[in-house]
Amino acid sequence: MDERAKKISVSQVSKIFGKNTKKATQLLNEGQSKNEILKQTGATIGVNQANFDVYDSEIFVIMGLSGSGKSTLVRTLNRLIEPTTGDIFIDGKNITKMSKDELRETRRKKISMVFQKFALLPHRTILENTEYGLEIQGMAKDTRKQKALDALKLVGLEGYENQYPDQLSGGMQQRVGLARALANDTDILLMDEAFSALDPLIRKDMQDELLDLQSSMAKTIVFITHDLDEALRIGDRIALMKDGAIVQIGTPEEILMNPSNQYVERFVEDVDLSKVLTAQHVMKRAETVQVDKGPRVALQLMKKLGISSIYAVDKKKNIRGIVHATAAKEAVDSGKTIEEILDTSYQTVTEDTVLTDLFDIVSTASIPVAVVNENGRLNGILVRGAVIAALAGNNDAINDFEHDTSTTQDQSIKEVY
Amino acid sequence: MEESFIPKIPVASWIDAFVDWLTVTFAIVFDGITIALEAIVNGMNTVLMVIPALILIIILALLAWKLASKGIALFTLIGLLLIQNLGYWEGMLQTLSLVLTSVIITVIIGLPIGVWASQKRTVQQIVTPILDFMQTMPAFVYLIPAIFFFSIGVVPGVVASVIFAVPPTIRLTILGIQQVPTDIIEATEAFGSTVKQRLLKVQLPLATPTIMAGINQSIMLSLSMVVIASMVGAPGLGADVYRAVTQIQIGTGFEAGLAIVVMAIILDRLTQNIGKKKN
Repeated sequence: MDERAKKISVSQVSKIFGKNTKKATQLLNEGQSKNEILKQTGATIGVNQANFDVYDSEIFVIMGLSGSGKSTLVRTLNRLIEPTTGDIFIDGKNITKMSKDELRETRRKKISMVFQKFALLPHRTILENTEYGLEIQGMAKDTRKQKALDALKLVGLEGYENQYPDQLSGGMQQRVGLARALANDTDILLMDEAFSALDPLIRKDMQDELLDLQSSMAKTIVFITHDLDEALRIGDRIALMKDGAIVQIGTPEEILMNPSNQYVERFVEDVDLSKVLTAQHVMKRAETVQVDKGPRVALQLMKKLGISSIYAVDKKKNIRGIVHATAAKEAVDSGKTIEEILDTSYQTVTEDTVLTDLFDIVSTASIPVAVVNENGRLNGILVRGAVIAALAGNNDAINDFEHDTSTTQDQSIKEVY
Repeated sequence: MEESFIPKIPVASWIDAFVDWLTVTFAIVFDGITIALEAIVNGMNTVLMVIPALILIIILALLAWKLASKGIALFTLIGLLLIQNLGYWEGMLQTLSLVLTSVIITVIIGLPIGVWASQKRTVQQIVTPILDFMQTMPAFVYLIPAIFFFSIGVVPGVVASVIFAVPPTIRLTILGIQQVPTDIIEATEAFGSTVKQRLLKVQLPLATPTIMAGINQSIMLSLSMVVIASMVGAPGLGADVYRAVTQIQIGTGFEAGLAIVVMAIILDRLTQNIGKKKN
């Protein structure tokens, strides 16, 4: 991920509300707490020395409870709120140093925004609302109308052009908000609690649609939310905020598996792990036998490991089938090769299958389920006990993610012969 | 009686001196304003007088029907016919000319000041106490300098009406613009609007109902000034009321007063509904 271009780069950004900002900044640099600074200067810390990068075409989620400064932070990115200190680079240009005209141009061409309460203009039709960003740029009427209609089509609002915002439901109004942002065709999309005002079912639909749109548009999205489930669903990376400071940045997995401190831990403890953990997290090392070895080797191996069947793989570690102990014994007696006694009725899942979906398969399988990558390479096996243990919240059953994932995968396959 | 420690501050003589100085120094300006205002009021009056009463009544009733409702159209029709029947038609037109002129000037002055004050906190902080002063100072007090500056007749009446009537337009323009939800303002900012675009495309359209309520209040206030304005020689229904009061003619006073009430109701309902229709 790191080799992707940095789209937004935030460096030491702080926002202090109140009069005595100089003193407060100084105290902040000395590492004083938010409450201590409030006591001494009367100034409130909105954002406390935030540092992060957002890479091209990722969904970067900023999450925190209300009052944690996430909405303030996202507003500093397009300077709806002026940061007190720090630098923000958009495509390498420092937006905090821009003149009014440059800033306006950046807002028009680079960054658009979707708001929690939709913020549509009640006196304009849906089409006129969608056109707004283009209209103020002085775009010709026909061109902007076509672009707005295209954007409305993208969000599934064809035919509503001439309605007024108050004639639409909340979900539809937010689609207009999204269409208005998309019509401008900016690289960066800021979404401030965009789905928080919607009811849960609509919210989930909107999340799915956003992911759908994102897969074809590849925008750089900064998404603000207070909802951890939402963050986990849509975020490529998540930044967790508390008291204006970012306490942890990482992929959803990293945040769940390795909470950096107690705050994050408490935040994530109620998460439904079965929707987050995947086969990769619970799979065990797969014992295998090369398919060109004799049945005697397979039998010997099973005896040694105390198992009744073993996966047979080729040189590229692609699964060829499963060898049962009974079949191997017969083969030894009758002189057959492993190829001839392979059982191909095994089941496979991919690494990123989530635990909830695994459970059905694992509970009915009589032999361990194979975990394969997209090329059919065997990466590990699922043992029923480990899956159930992980579902029950037993951390010992979950693979350690502090190591680089590629090494764990390799270690999980131990070649005996 | 207690003796004051500090001798009386000569506020009255200061104001007298100031008004004298203004009268002399800005004589040309005041003369110009007088001529212009007189021309506007008289011009409007002449136009209204040229139209036959019956036709004007029908036009106004139709306007009421279109802007408001059938009921108000009917009220307009009957009310105006009554005024004409009682013989106050000419007086009503004079009053209407005075009120309309005052309101036009009120809007020309009030709207830009309101918009300006809504954008700049310091301007609002200066304007607000001045408005408080203008509204609480008894209206009669404006008449005295108005006579000095503009002599007697319809012009000091218009000026006094404007001073008295302009505060609600300014106040409600400020309120209407500041009431536009912050997230909508944020959205217009986030898409890169200029100040002018924000004002014309977002703030003013959304503030229109509130601004119209302010203008409606200004109309009512300037109508309430007509009797006071007649004391400095402004013609119209106010003069009829004033004459009736000084000659203790109860019946005539009531008739002229009734004509003012009918006018007030018609103007109020019409302008109220202009604001609502736009919403």
